[in-house]
Amino acid sequence: MSAFKIFRDLFSHNGEFAIGLVLLLVVLAVAACSFFSPYPPMDVYVVPPDVPPSWEHPLGTTSRGQDVFWQLTFAIRNTLLFGIVVAILSRIISLFVGLISGYKGGWVDRVLMSINDTFVVIPLFPILVLFYFIMRDQMSWALLAVITALLGWAYDARLIRSIAMSLRTREFTRQAVFSGMSTGKIVLQEHLPFVLPIVFSTTMNNINWSIGIEVTLSVLGFTDINTPTIGGMIYWANQHAALVSGIWWWVTFPVALVIMLFIGLFLLAISMNEYIDPRSRLSRLGGQA
Amino acid sequence: MRAYLTYLSKRLVQFAVVVFVGINITYLVTHMTPIDPVEQSISAATSFGSTSPEAIEMMRQSLRQLYGLEGSPWEQYVSFWKRILVGDFGPSLSAFPTPVSQLILRALPWTVGLLLVSTLLTWFLGNLLGGLAGYYRNSRVLRAFGVISMALKPIPYYVVALVLLIIFGFLWPVLPISGGATMASDRSNTFAFALDVAVHSILPVLSLMAVGIGGWFMGMRSLVSNVVTEDYVIYAELAGVKRNKILGSYVMRNALGPQVTGLALQLGAIFNGAIITEYVFGYPGVGSLLISAVHAGDYSLVLGITTISIVAVSATVLLIDLLYPLIDPRVEAR
Repeated sequence: MSAFKIFRDLFSHNGEFAIGLVLLLVVLAVAACSFFSPYPPMDVYVVPPDVPPSWEHPLGTTSRGQDVFWQLTFAIRNTLLFGIVVAILSRIISLFVGLISGYKGGWVDRVLMSINDTFVVIPLFPILVLFYFIMRDQMSWALLAVITALLGWAYDARLIRSIAMSLRTREFTRQAVFSGMSTGKIVLQEHLPFVLPIVFSTTMNNINWSIGIEVTLSVLGFTDINTPTIGGMIYWANQHAALVSGIWWWVTFPVALVIMLFIGLFLLAISMNEYIDPRSRLSRLGGQA
Repeated sequence: MRAYLTYLSKRLVQFAVVVFVGINITYLVTHMTPIDPVEQSISAATSFGSTSPEAIEMMRQSLRQLYGLEGSPWEQYVSFWKRILVGDFGPSLSAFPTPVSQLILRALPWTVGLLLVSTLLTWFLGNLLGGLAGYYRNSRVLRAFGVISMALKPIPYYVVALVLLIIFGFLWPVLPISGGATMASDRSNTFAFALDVAVHSILPVLSLMAVGIGGWFMGMRSLVSNVVTEDYVIYAELAGVKRNKILGSYVMRNALGPQVTGLALQLGAIFNGAIITEYVFGYPGVGSLLISAVHAGDYSLVLGITTISIVAVSATVLLIDLLYPLIDPRVEAR
């Protein structure tokens, strides 16, 4: 079955997938608009401040004299990019740890998994705050992405390990070992394709998680507040007490857009999980009857 | 008994590993960054008004000793651990000369109370409703609850808290939206004070429950719908055991194990959420202390809170793990 056909079937038969995809496409379209913005993202007082939503400024303007819509396009683009970068980096770590740990077993597995469990248990937020505290003005968007990725791989590494463990006992692995394939080759060529679908669905959840971290840290002002992000927008709105002074559009639209993104990614992850695990698909067919 | 001891020693080793790795991360973060925290603190302290060069030099000396930046890297590492092990983080810079440990101890009861109440309530209600939803699959109310909690689940905690704040702070102001208790309240009347604290905790607890309950609900629902198909459940049904008894003693009891493990795994994330709760609702706990410490440039307080939260969270996880055999006696045989 070609990838396109899978895609079409999922879209027409799986409501969650369809809604998730539509939500994500809307968010992506908003992000794409940033390339056509008439205003540079960091310029302030380019439009009259505090204008409610109107034809000229569809989502209103901020107290800093920025157009909420165009500001939002840059913010969602950066936020989305942040989530994707973190997801890719942390996927690489969790694939490495999970596959090696599951394939090797023994003491390698025990050592890797006790480090893994440590990262699951440790409260990450104080560590990120400490990191910001040390870096202060040197804190950049890219640096935060790297450190978040370094802290956010553990949960999925365990999942990948459990699959790799079952793959190890399969015939083809034994055959590969006897025909003299190296460990690296077996893991990369024989095992990796089996775990890729689950990696794909965890990616969605990981993007959600890392965007949540980014939003939270920025709202507190604990990131590089000069890069426009969703959290950064809420931060500036809070700084100008936007809700108290009735500039609700400054807060509501970023929050609404990011909620759309979260729900979209979440629904995609769920529907993909269902696709990967046929048992839940079957129970869906039989369970409703 | 022997099996329990093996289990116990494994958990203790894991606890030690968590604390060891966690503290090492904080050490790495503070020592491997290109920025010198001492110079950072000094420039923050001297940015207002002029300070004499001698005073700055004295400040630099004391700060370097305080943060263990004297001597070879190995000596620094050892003295860092010594301070952590005795829980001595020195005096707080922003509330000089109150010791950091005293500030944290003052804030800790608020955080622990808030977390305990909200986590237990969320876990209990989520599992109960999830169990019911898994067993009585045709209930419309429970299905609707599932849809709502699923929609709430992916939304980051801050956003939920903000929405609650808007609703109860501006649109329908019936609940206190800030603080742990009314300012300058009379604390001699214990009952009135307790009531005041409880009313102030409604919104924070509610917000933590809103984001947390969906996960337990869905987890329990799918666990229960798996257990329900087991032979012994069908046998019990055929034997005419009451349905509620089947659900309580036969189905949920067996599905509880993974949920307890889940609680242990989620604790770090729940703690992260609580920091934000305290910030949003101005709750006087460790999270608020951490955030104000960052704003005040109080290095020793930030470091103290980070290490104490790592130890506290992993100790609680250890406690849950040790209680686990009470819920699932089979664990001893493993």
